[in-house]
Amino acid sequence: MTTVAFTVNGKAVSVEAEPDTPLLWVVREHLKLTGTKFGCGSGACGACTVHLDGAAVRSCQVAFEQVQGKKVTTIEGLSPSSNHPLQNAWIAEQVPQCGYCQSGQIMQAAELLAKTRRPTRDQIVAHMNGNICRCGTYPRIVRAIERAARES
Amino acid sequence: MTTSMTATIDQGTLATTVSRRSFVKGAAGLTFAFTFGGAFVPKLSEALAADGARLNAWVTIGTDNSITILCPTSEMGQGVLTALPLILAEELDADWSKVKCEFAPGNPRLYGGIHKMFPGAQVTLASVSVPAYFMPLRLAGAQARRLLLDNVAAQWKVPVAELTTDRSTVIHQKSRRRISYGDVAKFARMPDELPKVAETDLKKTSQFKLIGRKDIKRVDVPSKVNGTARYGIDVQVPGMVYATVLQTPMDGAKPESVNTEEVMKIKGVTRVIPLPFGVAVVGDTVEATRSARRMLRVSWNTSEAKAAPFDSERSKDEYAQKGKDPGAETKEWYTVGDADKALVDAARTIEATYWSEHTYHAQMEPMNAVAQVSDDGQSAEIWVGTQVQPLAAAVVAGALKTTPDKIKINLQLLGGGFGRRIWPDAPVQAAVIASIVKKPVKLILTREDDLAAARPRPMTHHTLKAGLDNGGNLTGWSHRIVAENVDAVAAPPRFQATGGKDLIGWRGMEQEYYTIPNIKAEGVREIRGMRVHAWRGIGAGYNKFVTESFVDEIAAARGVDPLAIRIELTKDHPRAAAVIRAAAEMAGWGRKRPDRGLGLAFADYHDTLTAAVAEISVDHSTGKIKVHNYWIAVDPGLIIQPDNALAQIESAVVYGLSGALSEELTIKDGAVQQSNFGDYHVLRMADVPQIHARIIASNNPPTGMGEVGVPCVAPAVGNAVFALTGKRLRHLPMSPDRVRKALA
Repeated sequence: MTTVAFTVNGKAVSVEAEPDTPLLWVVREHLKLTGTKFGCGSGACGACTVHLDGAAVRSCQVAFEQVQGKKVTTIEGLSPSSNHPLQNAWIAEQVPQCGYCQSGQIMQAAELLAKTRRPTRDQIVAHMNGNICRCGTYPRIVRAIERAARES
Repeated sequence: MTTSMTATIDQGTLATTVSRRSFVKGAAGLTFAFTFGGAFVPKLSEALAADGARLNAWVTIGTDNSITILCPTSEMGQGVLTALPLILAEELDADWSKVKCEFAPGNPRLYGGIHKMFPGAQVTLASVSVPAYFMPLRLAGAQARRLLLDNVAAQWKVPVAELTTDRSTVIHQKSRRRISYGDVAKFARMPDELPKVAETDLKKTSQFKLIGRKDIKRVDVPSKVNGTARYGIDVQVPGMVYATVLQTPMDGAKPESVNTEEVMKIKGVTRVIPLPFGVAVVGDTVEATRSARRMLRVSWNTSEAKAAPFDSERSKDEYAQKGKDPGAETKEWYTVGDADKALVDAARTIEATYWSEHTYHAQMEPMNAVAQVSDDGQSAEIWVGTQVQPLAAAVVAGALKTTPDKIKINLQLLGGGFGRRIWPDAPVQAAVIASIVKKPVKLILTREDDLAAARPRPMTHHTLKAGLDNGGNLTGWSHRIVAENVDAVAAPPRFQATGGKDLIGWRGMEQEYYTIPNIKAEGVREIRGMRVHAWRGIGAGYNKFVTESFVDEIAAARGVDPLAIRIELTKDHPRAAAVIRAAAEMAGWGRKRPDRGLGLAFADYHDTLTAAVAEISVDHSTGKIKVHNYWIAVDPGLIIQPDNALAQIESAVVYGLSGALSEELTIKDGAVQQSNFGDYHVLRMADVPQIHARIIASNNPPTGMGEVGVPCVAPAVGNAVFALTGKRLRHLPMSPDRVRKALA
């Protein structure tokens, strides 16, 4: 067991767990921030995407000991009152269906918009292609990202 | 580990089968009258609860003007948590902004639907939620409104006929009085018997204020953009431990040797339990169970496993043999005239064989459940996302050797269903483990185990024959499917009742909208021990690929345009012809495009009609099919939520395209060979075409939207490949390897 101190959604936390525990499970089961989802455990679906010092990462692939002193942002901390331009756009475009992958989709898209204010459609697809949506909401995800880029 | 325990569970599995039968039988006998004949008459004390009035089984009006409406089916992305309460709110004349939507408990007596396929059942499958509940919920809303009016009439001493309503307000025009529903709830008295309402008491569709509105959004969406939506996997209960189960590779396989000692050394692991469904590891933390699962080494005794010798590649010769054997034992599915004679008499016959492979649901939320079992093992509380609450309760009760009324299901949102969450294997496993460890258990499968425990769409073989007369007219049609029967696995009582027909697996072989004088569609059963199940679009997914591809083969043999032959075949069904014309018109059918092919398909699915056109190109070096545009027209009758209806079409097209192009499970020695998204390929954003959808709405009764977008995709794509290359693809999925071989 090891104790790791880091920041989650702006709050300092200290968690004790085995050092190789994936960040995903620390976030979900220890910190009870269940908006971040488990999908594949192999970095192949994107459902567990969070920001680590601002970069989108697959939290199932990040060993918890690596986050010592770092800043983790989950879907719950993306905006103070669920009003990030992407969240507004997601509602306007009625993107989610089952909704399970959408936290990961939004966190992945947020990284894109932080780096590229007006992404082209090709840039959107290239950036989002690692995130699976089994309900097939891809067309609406594209529209929502374009809307958020336009309206932010 | 302990013999007695395993024996107990073995018996539990037996009991499971028994209670499952009684569930289905019981459900089939119930009728709509049961729900509205006064089955639920609230006692006066209940109705006069301080916080509001419960008007019937479906709706409660709060004194704060809130209205709580129960949704009888599960939310798995299809939007029922909005659409079904909206239907009731319409007839109640409710202020939609004050409506709260909640799930009804599993109780078919109160919350069963009236769909002709599942009368009295409370199920979320087969796209039946809206058609099954459209009329019951309207009547329930009208009944609740009537109760409010009766109460106001009595209070104000005016004739009820002089009262009207609008947005949660009762209005007496003559005296210019108005009162909110919430204020009525403060004094409302319930009669001993609920007022009878009939279809004649309902609004005309022209009077609808909520149904059909484009601006009404889904109620679950805000919670799905900020992490607050709660799925089964998000549940935590006090004192719970974690579990995962290395799943048996096939039914009947038994764990023979397990490296228990080694696994128990992992810190936090408390139990390793061999069980009939796999080897469970239990631990104090989720990460302990994940580490344990990685370290687990199990050898299986498959001597009693039916699937053990099954190999999906090597068995193909045997399937094909049955496809052409005139002596094979067949079951009749759909018959018009005498197809055998028509084929003998035909001036010309066309024949082809087709295949489709096993597919996996790949729902994004891996199977999971939280279970808490009472100390005596006779009752349980379960938190799970399931498509059929009463089935989950019945099967868990069977496993615990108790009765379904002792099982409380707390329904959660489903992170995808697609048919996978019909069978409640996760709640049963969680309950069994909880009963052993005597603590609440949160079970989460790994993606690898979710795949190992797949309940796939079956592998199928098809033999098609058509007869043409001298004038080129289609006079005979014959379709034989050889496959494992899904009903035999997923609905054994129904399978028995129909004398061995596969209502799930054979769906789509019937040709109700094509006028062909002689038709024969029949099935030959394979018994291979696979856990075959319903997969979005069920049999129509592969059967329409086969039949709509074959219609194009007939058109090509006759030198007729694929559009023209379908217009000719649907001459007696104007609604069918209309969707075909619509799709063709949207696509600009007939307009040639360089290096691209167009393919057309038509399908019906549980009374909803659709046609679609795919525009594709093919990379000859890789064999990869690229779908550029996809035009689809759908006639689902009346539309409840237009934007969500479009979303369902988009969703089903993507799902269907994924299945058409890349999804394939291969089976060796009875076990699924794929393990995660690295080797089970589902469609990603880069491969999604521009989807152009048109809904041909009408005032016909609503017939369901969730799956109808699936069946046309594969044949439209295959037909487009033929149009472009002259090569016919007859094997799903049309993966790059297969396409490259076909083009070579």
